[in-house]
Amino acid sequence: MTATLTKHIVDVQDVSLAFGNVKALQTVSLTLAEGEITALVGDNGAGKSTLVRCISGIHKPQSGTISFEGTPVHFRNPEDAREKGIETVHQNLALVDDLTVWQNLFLNRELTRGIGPIRFLDRKAMKEAADRMVSTLAVNVPAVKSKVRRLSGGQRQAVSICRAAGFSSKLVIMDEPTAALGVQETAKVEELILKLRNDGHSVLLISHNFSQVMRLSDQVWVMRAGRCVAGRRTTETSGDEIVSLITGSREN
Amino acid sequence: MSSISHNPPAQAQRTPTTVNTPESPRPKTAPKSGAWHEDLKRISFWADHAAIIGLVILVAVFTVLNPVFLTVGNIQSILIAASILIVLTIGQAFVILSDGIDLSVASTMTLGVIAFGIAYAQGAGLVVSMISAVVASTLVGVLNGVLIAKGKITDFIVTLGSLSVASGLALVLSDGKPTSITSVELINFSTHGVLIFGFPFIVAAILAVLAHVVLFRTRFGTHLFATGGSKEAAQATGISTARIKVAVYTISGVLAGVAAILLIARVGASEPAANTTFLLNSVAAVVLGGVSLTGGRGSVFGPIVGALLLTVLTNGLTLMNVSQFYQPLAVGVVVILAALLSRFQK
Ligand SMILES: Nc1ncnc2c1ncn2[C@@H]1O[C@H](COP(=O)(O)OP(=O)(O)OP(=O)(O)O)[C@@H](O)[C@H]1O
Ligand SMILES: [Mg+2]
Repeated sequence: MTATLTKHIVDVQDVSLAFGNVKALQTVSLTLAEGEITALVGDNGAGKSTLVRCISGIHKPQSGTISFEGTPVHFRNPEDAREKGIETVHQNLALVDDLTVWQNLFLNRELTRGIGPIRFLDRKAMKEAADRMVSTLAVNVPAVKSKVRRLSGGQRQAVSICRAAGFSSKLVIMDEPTAALGVQETAKVEELILKLRNDGHSVLLISHNFSQVMRLSDQVWVMRAGRCVAGRRTTETSGDEIVSLITGSREN
Repeated sequence: MSSISHNPPAQAQRTPTTVNTPESPRPKTAPKSGAWHEDLKRISFWADHAAIIGLVILVAVFTVLNPVFLTVGNIQSILIAASILIVLTIGQAFVILSDGIDLSVASTMTLGVIAFGIAYAQGAGLVVSMISAVVASTLVGVLNGVLIAKGKITDFIVTLGSLSVASGLALVLSDGKPTSITSVELINFSTHGVLIFGFPFIVAAILAVLAHVVLFRTRFGTHLFATGGSKEAAQATGISTARIKVAVYTISGVLAGVAAILLIARVGASEPAANTTFLLNSVAAVVLGGVSLTGGRGSVFGPIVGALLLTVLTNGLTLMNVSQFYQPLAVGVVVILAALLSRFQK
């Protein structure tokens, strides 16, 4: 089914991870094709976020391998993953409330200027670049100088996505990016996700919204109770089939 | 690291039609509140400026009650008296901003004092003695940081332990006895200055400016705020929060060493005293200065004003011949009032 010529940007092989006696991931294998939107679906607690955290360097798999662009990777921390070009929009919105929008956009990617090792923040350059980044979003975000604490759920999500889309990332992982959003903002974020693909990013999208998955994705992987139980090309499946795969009323 | 090309691909292929979606006009920054007297009606205004307002009120009250208070001589001595607390408070502010607390600052300073005394008694020069003080205090700070960051023990427990260890070591090493330090240089240092600013205060002020620059103008500072504000969010962007933790406790240790030197210059002796008041006042000054006890929010200058306020309080009460016994009571009341007020912060 899957065209054998498509390059895999990520190749997850037999990855397992347990938290105490909770087996969050059990020999999970799946691939993400380069330049595609891949959806990952499954019930609450199926292990989707845990898998994402393995790919983005927060958790280390206890067994199995993750390859990025063909070579096995062993990320020790999220910085390793970011350096390779993997940006993540986490489910719990990894923004710092007490920092401003521009500080969050540039967190750990701060622009500096100075002589040799003595470097100071280039606040002006960061604010200007942040303004440009935010203006590309269709979602209305207040001035980049305001604290994130004052932002609505949708505005925070927009900032998170904006950060992930920047910094010449190759793979953007989004864990339920539209869960907290209204109808209009959801539409705008979906627009942005499609735009990411058009601009050449690969996208891994976790979503509980099946019509969204059917609308956006090229490939769907289904997780159930820590296992990856099925994979389908989106064009060759239906929302009903996905639902039955998720609940287990239908086996692979 | 500075030259990370920041060119979001999403931006590259924009079509002009989507530049500004009509239904999403960018709102103005903050809604501008009317005149200054509007500000005064909001309790958050008072909460945000608790330390400076408290300081002004105290100065006014003491000036009315005792004309000696606002003389050049007295201001000079307040500034000198405040300098040790200011230096400790800067360290405490770094730690609390990172969502920690350093209960060992005062004992660490005491250990530095004893290290100075031992080196000096052995005939080492002033410079070597000063270095000994800073090294001893820094070691305690590094140890605190490593235990908290790598050992994953809570800040409170680790620094409570090192409070005891450092003051115990100070007693053991000094055999519980003071060593008098008679150095002309140190006496000159603590009795001279520029204009009304004594040298100890100038040292504290320079450190304060440095601290401000580090906090607000460097990557480290931003990462410190991120660590204190949301450890998980900081880690998700790849910030090593463990390194930040080690760094803030190390900074607190170094500053405790500097404070040790200032204390010796002031007292003229190396004593294994407990210095508990310094610990309480450093935490109190940070709280007064509007730093969030859960980290991530605040400044350096706020806590410094807090330290000045506490010093003014002690000085004023002494001038009015109020018994020493009332001083901790007054400090306690002021701190609790400030903490209450801080609940109304923006
Ligand atoms: N840090 C952790 N410590 C202990 N257990 C965890 C941890 N993270 C996840 N789990 C457990 O692992 C399992 C998978 O959780 P995960 O968050 O990956 O699910 P999910 O598929 O993302 O669910 P949802 O759709 O609700 O976000 C759950 O049983 C969860 O309780
Ligand atoms: Mg999840």
